[in-house]
Amino acid sequence: MKKLISTDDKLSAAVNRRCFLGKGVQGVGTLGLAALLQQSLTQAKETDVQVPRWPGILNGKLHHEAKAKRVIFLTMAGGMSHLETFDHRPKLTEMDGKPMPESYTKGQPIAQLQNKPLKCLAPQHTFAKHGESGIELSNIFPHLATVVDDLAIVRSLTTDAINHDPAHTFMNTGTTISGRPSMGSWFTYGLGAETENLPGFVVLTSSGGGQDQPIASRQWHSGFLPSRFQGVHFHGQGDPVLYVNNPPGVSRAQQRDIVKAVQKINRLRSASINDTEIATRISQYEMAFRMQASVPDLVDISQESQATLDMYGTKGGDGSFASNCLLARRLAERGTRFIQLYHRGWDHHGGIKNASAVTAKLIDQGVTALLKDLKQRDMLKDTLLVFASEFGRTPMAQGNGRDHHIKGFSVWLAGGGIQGGVTHGSTDDLGYNAVEDVVSVHDLHATMMHVLGIDHEKMTVSFQGRDFRLTDISGNPVQALLA
Amino acid sequence: MFRFVNIQLLLLSMSVLVHTESLVAQTVDFDRDIRPILSNHCYACHGPDAETREADLRLDVQASLFAVRDEPLITPGDVKNSQLIHRITSKDDAEQMPPADFLKPLSVDQILLLQRWVKQGAQWKDHWAWTAPQRPRIPVLKHSFINNDIDRFVLAKLKDENVKPSKRADRVTLIRRLYFDLTGLPPTTDQVQAFVENTSSSAYQDLVTQLLAQPQFGERMAMYWLDVVRYADSNGYHADKTRQVSPYRDYVIEAFNSNKPYDEFVREQIAGDLIPNATIEQQVASAFNMLLQTTDEGGAQAKEYLAKYAADRVRNTASAFMGVTFGCAQCHDHKYDPFTTKDFYQFASFFADISEVGVGNAPAFPVIDAKRQAAIVQATKALADAQVVLALAAEKMVQQRVAWEASLVEKARSNIRLTPWQFLASLSAESFDLAHDKSFFDETVPVDLATPVADVAWKQRDEFVDGKIHALPAQENIAHYLFRTLTAPQGMKLVLQLGSDDGIRVWVNGNEKLNKKIARGVVANQEQVTVDLEQGENQLLIKISQGGGGCGFYFNYGSSDLPADIYRILLIAESERSEKDQKTLGSYFRDTHPDLAAPRELIDNSEKILKQLTDSAPKTLMTKVAAPRMTRILHRGNWQDDSGEEVQPAVPEFMQPLDVDGRRANRLDLADWMIDTNNPLTARVFVNRLWKILFGNGLAQPLDDIGSQGSRPTHLEVLDWLAIEFMESGWDVKHVVKLLVASATYQQSSNGSAALLARDPYNHLLARQSQFRLDAEMVRDNALAVSGLLTRDIGGVSVKPYQPVGYWKHMNFPKRKWTPSSGDNAYRRGLYTHWQRMFLHPSLLAFDAPSREECTVERPRSNTPQQALVLLNDPTYVEAARVFALRIINEGGTDLEQRLNWAFETALSRRVAKQESNVLLDVYAKHLVMFLADTESAKSLVAVGNATNPTQVDVAEHAAWTSIARIIFNLHESITRN
Repeated sequence: MKKLISTDDKLSAAVNRRCFLGKGVQGVGTLGLAALLQQSLTQAKETDVQVPRWPGILNGKLHHEAKAKRVIFLTMAGGMSHLETFDHRPKLTEMDGKPMPESYTKGQPIAQLQNKPLKCLAPQHTFAKHGESGIELSNIFPHLATVVDDLAIVRSLTTDAINHDPAHTFMNTGTTISGRPSMGSWFTYGLGAETENLPGFVVLTSSGGGQDQPIASRQWHSGFLPSRFQGVHFHGQGDPVLYVNNPPGVSRAQQRDIVKAVQKINRLRSASINDTEIATRISQYEMAFRMQASVPDLVDISQESQATLDMYGTKGGDGSFASNCLLARRLAERGTRFIQLYHRGWDHHGGIKNASAVTAKLIDQGVTALLKDLKQRDMLKDTLLVFASEFGRTPMAQGNGRDHHIKGFSVWLAGGGIQGGVTHGSTDDLGYNAVEDVVSVHDLHATMMHVLGIDHEKMTVSFQGRDFRLTDISGNPVQALLA
Repeated sequence: MFRFVNIQLLLLSMSVLVHTESLVAQTVDFDRDIRPILSNHCYACHGPDAETREADLRLDVQASLFAVRDEPLITPGDVKNSQLIHRITSKDDAEQMPPADFLKPLSVDQILLLQRWVKQGAQWKDHWAWTAPQRPRIPVLKHSFINNDIDRFVLAKLKDENVKPSKRADRVTLIRRLYFDLTGLPPTTDQVQAFVENTSSSAYQDLVTQLLAQPQFGERMAMYWLDVVRYADSNGYHADKTRQVSPYRDYVIEAFNSNKPYDEFVREQIAGDLIPNATIEQQVASAFNMLLQTTDEGGAQAKEYLAKYAADRVRNTASAFMGVTFGCAQCHDHKYDPFTTKDFYQFASFFADISEVGVGNAPAFPVIDAKRQAAIVQATKALADAQVVLALAAEKMVQQRVAWEASLVEKARSNIRLTPWQFLASLSAESFDLAHDKSFFDETVPVDLATPVADVAWKQRDEFVDGKIHALPAQENIAHYLFRTLTAPQGMKLVLQLGSDDGIRVWVNGNEKLNKKIARGVVANQEQVTVDLEQGENQLLIKISQGGGGCGFYFNYGSSDLPADIYRILLIAESERSEKDQKTLGSYFRDTHPDLAAPRELIDNSEKILKQLTDSAPKTLMTKVAAPRMTRILHRGNWQDDSGEEVQPAVPEFMQPLDVDGRRANRLDLADWMIDTNNPLTARVFVNRLWKILFGNGLAQPLDDIGSQGSRPTHLEVLDWLAIEFMESGWDVKHVVKLLVASATYQQSSNGSAALLARDPYNHLLARQSQFRLDAEMVRDNALAVSGLLTRDIGGVSVKPYQPVGYWKHMNFPKRKWTPSSGDNAYRRGLYTHWQRMFLHPSLLAFDAPSREECTVERPRSNTPQQALVLLNDPTYVEAARVFALRIINEGGTDLEQRLNWAFETALSRRVAKQESNVLLDVYAKHLVMFLADTESAKSLVAVGNATNPTQVDVAEHAAWTSIARIIFNLHESITRN
């Protein structure tokens, strides 16, 4: 640009040659060139369009007092074994290698172990008690052990689907039939977001530690809710948000010119055409343009202190789970309502001892740091953390691994509205069936909604002639988990 | 008490809604006014679902509603003696209906309506949707507005409501509307001008006729239909593998273009394979039944997925053709409509004859049309002729044959000798890994056959002949060893052909040659290993490791220049060879003898042609019939529950019956039942959807549920009139489209007055046309058409436009990379975009294209920042803009104003306004200066995409015009149909 100013005259001549001064272009003479440029350089402020914030269908009128404002949902994708992590079953050690009693497995759905002899596999890691609460935790989560008094661990979750894809769909939408809104969409639809510069529902993904099961974008789809409630997937490589970067060769100032011109001409159109969509279009362009600045700002980890980076154990920007945990905190600070992290690494059909340790190591420090970081910023009190998997794994061996299991597994919650240092429910002595205080996925959703001030039975959306809700036709908030 | 409540309600109502007043005078219509209330507020407990029914009371059937009771539910004309009214007005918690905890209280208006209905005599009327349409009486009225009967109905209602229709849209708007609605593409400037200047009274109709004859009409209609049938290029679940099904899309496009009668269209899709002597086209149409989501995930249970597929077909067939939500009845009787769970499973059993696997990928079949078939017949004949020529030539070569064979036998005899196999069975280990990896004895030293291993002795097994698959003892986590010696006349290379279930390891003379730890079943030639043999005796040791399931191995060998089978035959004395062996040897002679090279080449050529003909045939999923699977009612939809009653194919019991004279009904019967003129749904549903395409919204909404919960059509008479017209015209789709676009209602301006918008925000009265955003595919098509990039080829396999790198990284089994299409295929219309269900192209997704997991009859029309980001930054639109910029420079004249006008006329069919050109010239000037100063940036902007640039255009000027083109493509007007 400096070069330009110094060669102003030469440029003016060049511009003249390019039919710059055609008919009807009064007012943009060559004399004005330098000034024009100067203006474009200094005019860094955004366009003056107001972006109305979607207030949520509840529009601030919550069904009861909310204990948390936002959700960070950490999905351990692939099926995290409860038996190597949060559910200590010493009886399994005794039974190691022995046939699984048929009373447990008869008539039950089974995945890859169909028609195979079923033998018990001992827990592959040792457990120890931690914190004042004395909750037992596997030794593969040494960091998490230091915050165990903040966690409410449910050891009696059940689900309906035994294969990855439908199980994720069930965990995210409350049904295994495709096409329903995901929970993040429900929450942003109900509550809106606290930002107009970033999406209200953001998805971050990472992998490592086991075979990468596919994750479909339907998992964060808005289903029959308007598309604006779809989760926005942030990417570790390329544009952090699809199409968020300007085309090559286009500066931010130029992009702003484009957007402003579009806005102006749309407004002119709006004066002669009665179409309310034009006004919406204008504000959506404004939000898009703001996102083009706010997304790079969001992912600019250079603003973080070394101490913070050390706590998470990441340099940031590497697409790792730890890095995503840090981004989750930054999103939470900026007002995103529902932040969902996926880590695809928990499908341990074989070699579960080593694989679960390796995967846990990729998770442990990041998630613990997230919890601590939120706490030290006084944000844990109004953030709901959920750490869950689409299903657990069988007490039975599959070689030296475990198969998919839906009849009893573990999930933990923490943060606003949730009691710390408690456990809830239990599986049987072999870790097969949830037998005490059984919690369904609908119960989990109902609990989450309750914490955010929503009565899950009251927030419904009419579609195909029926009132739908996230919890389908059942579910109750789990009172024992609530602070 | 009762009276008091009533008065209070009346007082309340007066302040609530003005239209209540007008309603008071009207007769209450049960179907229009009362059933929707009962459906929404009462049917959940007093409706079709037997399981949740309370007090054994049904309000959805006439008999129950008016049954004689001690305290009558309804006494016509007598509000006081009607329990129904008493209950809905009661303040007593024990009596109040609906109960407070149901969370669906009745409004004051609704209560008043119910009271008036009873007062007026409580007339019952069947639900309109379950009664076959009748041709309604056409209102007699005269008005200059009226073009055809549609307008008479619309105008009659407008008169009742005291609303005036909007004026006719201007000609530019009309031609743009017609182009987008009927072809999905914008008109060119010349086309617009020609239409505007055409003063003929038939100009409009001529244009319609012309557009309906364009192949783009089929593409435009297919865009919609593919949503309805959930067409996609991938399986959907888990690995979401690619499937081949594009010939079905071609079929749909062609069906609309050739104006295939809709009844045939329905019949061919549901049961094309069952039509006697089904044509290839009809078989392709039957791919409809295979468009559902399927899985091939390891560990998925076939039974569970077959149940899922059955339910999927019921849901989607019912939605696609009948516009009803049958899905609820999978687990319980429908809550609002009279579909029962039994109906659901009976309907499912129509599809039980479809050949399919629960877990795995359906096969695709080549589509051999008549032309290709003729070519194949010809090539097959040429091949047969060539084979005869070869055989005759070979037969004549008696002496050469003897000499050839003798030389080969000598060669073979100088080859190796093998001893029978020695076998060491079933050594067990703790795991499969160990069974495979562990050395049960030292495999690297000469094998000692005399010493047992882990108490197991070596045994000779003569039955393990070469070239056959042999079963071995099966047990979990074990290993078997096989051993033999090979004596070679000299040092030589030998090819071992091996197969194993599961893992295999091979040692030759103590050196490991193969180690494959794998779980699989055995087939011949899974592995080929070339080994060096020393002169004299060589030791061959094989280990088969087993994790679970069956166990077995395969062994064969050949020297490097003789195939194993030929080698084996040559070692057998000629007199002892089987006939088959002799034949094999004979064909080896014909295939290899140098003197037969010429006839062989003839054969090769014919084979190549034949292979090319079959390989290049497009492939598609098709419905293939198998013995019908048994279908039973699954309680609560539970696939593991085998206690339910077995059912046979049947249509929903409350609808018009299907008579098949005692035999098992099949899909063809179902299709015929759907297209029977007594079916109340099929015709109405389709014309309703045509209406939606041309007017923005359906007459009956929602489009996918015209049952009790759907709102009553705004113009039921129009819907019925069109349905009758449709059927009586022979299900003529173009005829109905013509009627719709010919109506004055269609041709109204969409720019309604502020007063009209306030009076009728949802356009229920049809006093104006609608404005709406173009569908996702059309947003793309429009930009490509305006820029001149669009490829107008019709049909073919799906293509891959630019997509962000890494967008597919969360797919697996296998991992895949999106390789963008090149050349003209980069610029095909949006409907040809590869439709990956798990990760639909993000630009289509942003503009509300569905991932097509389920039937979609109505896309949402959202307005989001993601859409702005796509139009601003997706290389597709940037490239279109920079190519459009070239056109502006080259074709738009020399002066700035001229060029802007040209650009606006090309993109928007209108001239630029003064205020607009001021805005644009501002940007142009500024950006031109910037790009002149920074030509590198300009260069990179005009290099986006594959298209090449002519060298003579100045790069800065090109870039600055690209900015203008980008602005135009981003305008609301550019993506809106008026």
